[in-house]
Amino acid sequence: MSELELTMPEEEARPMPQLGRQAFEARALKSGLLTGLTWLAALIAAVPLFSVIYLLLIRGGTRLFSSDFVEIITGLPPAGFEPGGGIGPAIVGTLAMVGIGAVLSIPIGILAAIYLGVLEPRSKVANTSRFLAKVLTGFPSIMAGVFVYAVMVITWGYSAWAGGVALAVLMLRTVVLAAEEAMSQVPQRMKDAAYGMGCTRTQVIWKVVLPTGLPGILTGVLLAVAGAAGESAPLLFTALFSNYFISGLSEPTASLSILIFNFSGMPFPNQIELAWTASLVLVLLVLVFNILARLVGQPKV
Amino acid sequence: MNASAAAAFVAEPYQTAGDVVIDCNVDKIFYGDFLAVRDSKVPIEKKKITGFIGPSGCGKSTVLRSLNRMNDLIPVFRFEGSVIYHGQDVYAKKVDPVVVRRYIGMVFQQPNPFSMSIYDNVAFGLKLNRYKGNVEEKVQKALERAALWKEVKDKLKNSGLSLSGGQQQRLCIARAIATDPDVLLMDEPCSALDPIATRQVEELMLELKQRYTVALVTHNMQQATRVADTTAFFSVDISAGGRTGYLVEMGPTRQIFQEPREKLTKDYISGQFS
Repeated sequence: MSELELTMPEEEARPMPQLGRQAFEARALKSGLLTGLTWLAALIAAVPLFSVIYLLLIRGGTRLFSSDFVEIITGLPPAGFEPGGGIGPAIVGTLAMVGIGAVLSIPIGILAAIYLGVLEPRSKVANTSRFLAKVLTGFPSIMAGVFVYAVMVITWGYSAWAGGVALAVLMLRTVVLAAEEAMSQVPQRMKDAAYGMGCTRTQVIWKVVLPTGLPGILTGVLLAVAGAAGESAPLLFTALFSNYFISGLSEPTASLSILIFNFSGMPFPNQIELAWTASLVLVLLVLVFNILARLVGQPKV
Repeated sequence: MNASAAAAFVAEPYQTAGDVVIDCNVDKIFYGDFLAVRDSKVPIEKKKITGFIGPSGCGKSTVLRSLNRMNDLIPVFRFEGSVIYHGQDVYAKKVDPVVVRRYIGMVFQQPNPFSMSIYDNVAFGLKLNRYKGNVEEKVQKALERAALWKEVKDKLKNSGLSLSGGQQQRLCIARAIATDPDVLLMDEPCSALDPIATRQVEELMLELKQRYTVALVTHNMQQATRVADTTAFFSVDISAGGRTGYLVEMGPTRQIFQEPREKLTKDYISGQFS
């Protein structure tokens, strides 16, 4: 007993616990300060997006949300001092080229992702192509344009096809990486269950892995589409520009981003106003795809 | 230990009374160079529950998963011996493991429903086998047999993952029996469940053996005494440097638990580990 008493702290020596809030203690002050800083940083990060949208609504919105709406959306771009006009060819051209890009990149991207995420995730080919896809994410978009210029435009001339291929090159990386991520997150026990039911490997992929990973895959696809819709550099060398609606896919094609670039440099107020309007349309387009990506990507269950 | 001097222990073969559906003769099972299981003869009798018990690492799950070639999914797996199912060796060259698994179904340790509706989960195997008859009727029957129909009949469209753990496991059992497999392998089906859900699944197993042959791996010895007709006790041999599992004794459950022949069995079931 005597030994025990020696090691026990004296009852009187233990201070009363202080549980009250101490706002001006050093640690509390530091914590408050840092919380405030992160809050401020978050605010600063949001400022550019909101100020851009605000400016676009002010400068481009007056023309877009007025009685001219139909003319803006469907009309041809005006000549020099001509009033009115619209950005119809550019909207159609952007949609057509993003469509071509999607049709080319989505199947290839998803098939590649099946190989990377499900079939042979550890093989040399998989590691190499995964690495290359990641390198591609830092690839300057204008290089995609130059590449397609060298491969297609020199032989066949400027066309919507060439623009679509350049966009596909840029979309591919997003689709591959997002789809691979989505499919590799399908739990092994779900795949085991399918094998246990007597599924072949193909059936496991078609009936279990793809449907289960679908929200993630769609998110990647929509983000790729949104990114491609806003690209301008790859289209400079490939689709060029046109003032008219396209009649086929093998002629120079208008796009919203190039229209903005061309018109904003002109000395005519009408064209500059149209450039603002086109910017607003483009941002709304990209925003819609981004929001869709958010909605479909929400995990079920 | 002088393992080299003494010949390795091999269990006496169990003489079955009834029909044998799967006659499993393991000589050696390897994972790469690692000898996981050796010399185990485990006959699975028709319309009975055969329980596999033993300490962790004794190879009971490995043997179970060898019966429908689930282990083939592990690239380094190698099986020596034979698994005779209705007179055919499951490991014969011409046999397609995918087809084997349609006859010998499986229920896993973790409930693993697909992320689709309850109905689609149960109908999955029927669609896979291109079942021509009335799918709805089959789904209902499977859910009834799995004692889940009453709980889910009004929410068949809900996701299978929205159910509780015990319900999910019964859904997995319904999914496995919807295609009327011949044999059902259950790999510790209750280890992730609470006692109430465990009891429901055990009652279900006793129902299932009216129609199906069941092989059950369990960590829970009480579970083996409650449901298994025949019990196979595996142990693990650490004398040879590795950790090789082998069959120690197999017999009617009552005999294994009340008058085991081997000392190892007796020690294990009475909780005395050597």
